[in-house]
Amino acid sequence: MTSLAPREAGAKKLGLVIDLDTCVGCHACAVICKEWNNGGHAGPLPDYDPYGMHPDGVWFNRIHTYEAGEGAAGRTVHFPRSCLHCDEPACVTVCPTGASYKRAEDGIVLVNANLCIGCKLCSWACPYGAREFDEEAGVMKKCTLCVDRIYNETLPEAERVPACVATCPAHARHFGDLGDPTSEVSQLVESRGGFDLMPEIGYRPVNKYLPPRKRACSAPPLSEFPVATGNVAERLLGWLDRVLERV
Amino acid sequence: MPSETIALSEPVGDTVKTSTCYMCACRCGIRVHLKDGRIRYIEGNPNHPINRGVLCGKGSAGIMQHYSPARLRNPLLRVGERGAGELKEIGWDQALSLAAGWLGEIRRTDPRKLAFYTGRDQSQSLTGFWAKEFGTPNFAAHGGFCAVNMAAAGLYSVGGSFWEFGEPDWEHARLFLLFGVAEDHDSNPFKMGLAHLRERGARIISVNPVRTGYSAIADEWVGLRPGTDGLFILSLIHLLLAAEQVDLEFLARYTNAGWLVVRNPGGAGDGLFARDHAGRPLVWDRRTQAPVEASRADVAPRLAGEVTLADERRAVPAFELLAERCLDPAYAPEAVAERCGVSPGCIRRIAAEIAEAAAESVVLAQPWTDTAGRQHGEMRGRPVAMHAMRGISAHSNGFQTCRALHVLQMLLGAVDTPGSWRYKAPFPRPAPPHAPPGGKEVRPGTPLAAMPLGMPLGPEDLLVDKAGRPLRIDHAFSWEAPLAIHGMLHTVIANAVAGDPYPIDTLFLYMANMAWNSSPEPEKTCRLLTAKDEKTGEYRIPHVIYADAYFSETVPYADLVLPDTTYLERFDCISLLDRPIGSADGPADAVRQPVLPPDRNVRPFQDVLIELAARLGLPTFVKKGGSPTYKDYADYIVRHERKPGIGPLAGWRGDGSAAGRGAPNPTQLERYIANGCFWRHELPPAARYFKYANRDYLETATALGLLDRPDPITLQLYAEPLQRFRLAGLGHGAILPPPELRERVARYADPLPFWYPPFEQEAMSGEEFPLSAITQRPMPMYHSWGSQNAWLRQILGDNHLYLARETAAAMGLADGDWVHVASRSGRVRCRVRAMEGVNSMTVWTWNAVGKRSGAWMLAPDAPEFRQGFLLNHVIATFLPEREGRQLPSGDPITGQAAWYDVLVRIEKAINAGETASRGPSLMRLPGLAVQSRRIAA
Repeated sequence: MTSLAPREAGAKKLGLVIDLDTCVGCHACAVICKEWNNGGHAGPLPDYDPYGMHPDGVWFNRIHTYEAGEGAAGRTVHFPRSCLHCDEPACVTVCPTGASYKRAEDGIVLVNANLCIGCKLCSWACPYGAREFDEEAGVMKKCTLCVDRIYNETLPEAERVPACVATCPAHARHFGDLGDPTSEVSQLVESRGGFDLMPEIGYRPVNKYLPPRKRACSAPPLSEFPVATGNVAERLLGWLDRVLERV
Repeated sequence: MPSETIALSEPVGDTVKTSTCYMCACRCGIRVHLKDGRIRYIEGNPNHPINRGVLCGKGSAGIMQHYSPARLRNPLLRVGERGAGELKEIGWDQALSLAAGWLGEIRRTDPRKLAFYTGRDQSQSLTGFWAKEFGTPNFAAHGGFCAVNMAAAGLYSVGGSFWEFGEPDWEHARLFLLFGVAEDHDSNPFKMGLAHLRERGARIISVNPVRTGYSAIADEWVGLRPGTDGLFILSLIHLLLAAEQVDLEFLARYTNAGWLVVRNPGGAGDGLFARDHAGRPLVWDRRTQAPVEASRADVAPRLAGEVTLADERRAVPAFELLAERCLDPAYAPEAVAERCGVSPGCIRRIAAEIAEAAAESVVLAQPWTDTAGRQHGEMRGRPVAMHAMRGISAHSNGFQTCRALHVLQMLLGAVDTPGSWRYKAPFPRPAPPHAPPGGKEVRPGTPLAAMPLGMPLGPEDLLVDKAGRPLRIDHAFSWEAPLAIHGMLHTVIANAVAGDPYPIDTLFLYMANMAWNSSPEPEKTCRLLTAKDEKTGEYRIPHVIYADAYFSETVPYADLVLPDTTYLERFDCISLLDRPIGSADGPADAVRQPVLPPDRNVRPFQDVLIELAARLGLPTFVKKGGSPTYKDYADYIVRHERKPGIGPLAGWRGDGSAAGRGAPNPTQLERYIANGCFWRHELPPAARYFKYANRDYLETATALGLLDRPDPITLQLYAEPLQRFRLAGLGHGAILPPPELRERVARYADPLPFWYPPFEQEAMSGEEFPLSAITQRPMPMYHSWGSQNAWLRQILGDNHLYLARETAAAMGLADGDWVHVASRSGRVRCRVRAMEGVNSMTVWTWNAVGKRSGAWMLAPDAPEFRQGFLLNHVIATFLPEREGRQLPSGDPITGQAAWYDVLVRIEKAINAGETASRGPSLMRLPGLAVQSRRIAA
């Protein structure tokens, strides 16, 4: 078992805020995540049977599409899923070797591949299905929150964000310090009613989801539109003269 | 505490180069990071005007496209029977000598015998020009089965259209209506824009039979039945007119609503504009009670009421005719609701929403000057924006449906005003457009007088012989499809095999997967490609040359294969002469540069085309004495001038300081590359709206070479060119349709929008084939390219047929059950999945996922072959034969393939484990082998 490093109250909690209101399910975040991490700290991310019968591979970010509700109340929801960098990460505490850990300085949950024995306990412990086993390397992998981008001094400062955040065309992904109530992401969560996934199980995820905005069916009163009757030209003339005089 | 050392500041790569994406048609700016000579990372270019740093899933997967095992490696020559896949590798000199031999003979004898068609071509200003110089009228790209209804209806109505022609005013729109769009071109700007609308609290209504993609984040989804969009839109117009909720001032100022239309029922000239001695249209001036020239600024045109002209002819303002048409009770909500599958209350409410949003104008404190010199202190607009795409376009009533949508925009005053839909530079263009297509006269060894694709104004511009028969192999610009301004690629192979109107010698295709997903009835297309003349034993199409970068289904059907590079290995230009990438705030163009040298014996197709042109001695491409004018495409991009001072790229011309017009600049490409591979010209704020009548805009556009003259552009509520064709259909004039087509021309060439049932519905009984079947474009895939992509096929490797829960329940179908989908022309086997968000009379699937076994270097048991399916197998090329005549299943005005018209029935398939085989598995091409799957690290 691995114990969590002590973290001070108010410590930095880096994470993502994902906006279900604007996510159109385009998979941009998933693919660029694959691309970045394939050549990054956690890479390579293998592809099994890439041109064969069961193409599959390691992805740190996957998009699911659901339908909810029926009839006029029905809607389609696109739901991106990745590690939530929980405050109470059971995936870390179940780790028999200390390979899984949560960084004291920013709260990112990582796997030290050198210590991982590939027992998969952590993937059983994670209720969000966020862990991805690399069958070629025999180690568990997962979202690193692009730890090799966000502190990367070779990148311009504005680009030091996770790849998924930088690429999202629908502005549905935000990155920041959720431990700081004054941060932009915390404010966003506050103002939009951001929520935890499955809070009842007590893992206290850092990542938050923003619910779809209320669908403003601003239906104006069903104006009783006049029904067209009579001679069109006469009717138009009367109407046009009236209207044009108003102009 | 265990921890690890992480290299936090590892450089991304050792080199970074900018270029332009080609994973779809959006053409985003990219930065490609290289490491040790391989691609490490592709990301959006933050400085690029199209995508401002974002990139979609397709774009990020470009790396796997570049390293695809299906890349062709050498020119190939067929050695077995066509279609058998027996090809051998040859050298480029042999390949080009062969091609030049075939093409040279054609050019010397009858240039029409070359049919040169391109697919997802982004170099049409070169390919079209090449065809013109060759002298064949038989050229087009894929627009005939893509969205030509949209383009033609837009250009003939407002001098622009959606997508490349225009965009919503994302900053100011309050109500946004999307018609027939799931995900499409302009995909990243659209996602950015939709998110912005939602942040701003604007309301989004999506009209689409299926609730996927963008519809998922709309405030309201209107799931109407395919092919009824026109009816729905005309019903909205009906209500808005009846409620007197239209912008008369706008109509009088900027449209031809007041232009007088001659009324002479049954006689010559009926339905044409009354004109003065100089041929200028007239309006009836309310103040002077007399007809005056329409373009004068000091008139108050009457919009209704019949008048008598000096020559005793009677005339009415166009607006009255439109109102008469749209106020017809046939367009009342109660009359259309059932057919559309939308309640009358919903139609009324949406009309009310539109009226309400339009009434609260957006006002920008921005003075501007109109073409009459009048100063306006502010810009006032209607914050109702619209966008539409293939869903309304790919129907046999698509042209008139798209016309109806533009008429709706005009009636609201929602054209290029703040908050509405806006033109992207270089649009607007004069409306109606006029550029007669070349090809009336074809002579050996001689270029055409004009580009092969043009825009006719009337019967005199058509490409028909004296008997009214088509002059082009695809029948574009004939009485079958007078405004086929993008050609009709989908009919070429069938017509060529039938020798209708004449046999051809060589079919030259580029990036058009005609043996599979780019054709209706692909198996039939394959049979046609292999059809032989019974007497001679020769192929009916004697030569097929195909250029592509990948092992697509069409490669085995070619005699000669010219392997192209990937998009990261060549120069390209995204030209204002072709399909522009400008925005509403200014024109832009871009280049691609080779990020890596090819590691195979492949050449950029455009280089090959330019070398072929030189070998053939095509004017422009050879100097006096016969030596090549251009070294390669990059050289052509920089030095070619279409008109004096105007070339493929608009930026950094002359000494580097000129924009739009200027002498060729030898360092132009370097300037583009230094600027991130794009050029952009920002319009001054006073020139950004009302562009059809905005003096600053029109003068700027003329100076930049976007327009020939800074004349105002009048929006065409009433489309007179259609009436010219109709009059011919009614027997007036010297150029008449053949008798069997007269009724058709007279009925559909209507200058006012109207709705009629899609031909398929008219022809087939609803009982036999009760359901509409359509496809949607998945966001992570673009056409067939995606399936060879190791990452994208993990996201979407096979497809289901989706249908409404109630339909599935009524048929006793459970998710995963196998069914046959049958239409009048074919059958396909697939699995079903029930869902909520689909019109109950509609079934749908993702497009172009199913593949022919053996293609794209996928394993024989790949899901794309075994479970994935292609809806094309049930889509017919032609309408049912009538009186011995076959007409394409398409729009009667533009010829657009009506693949969204198809009607099907579903039957449960027992014990099917996979989809039906579609011909023998394609043989692996020589030289291709599955490569290491690891692409980096």
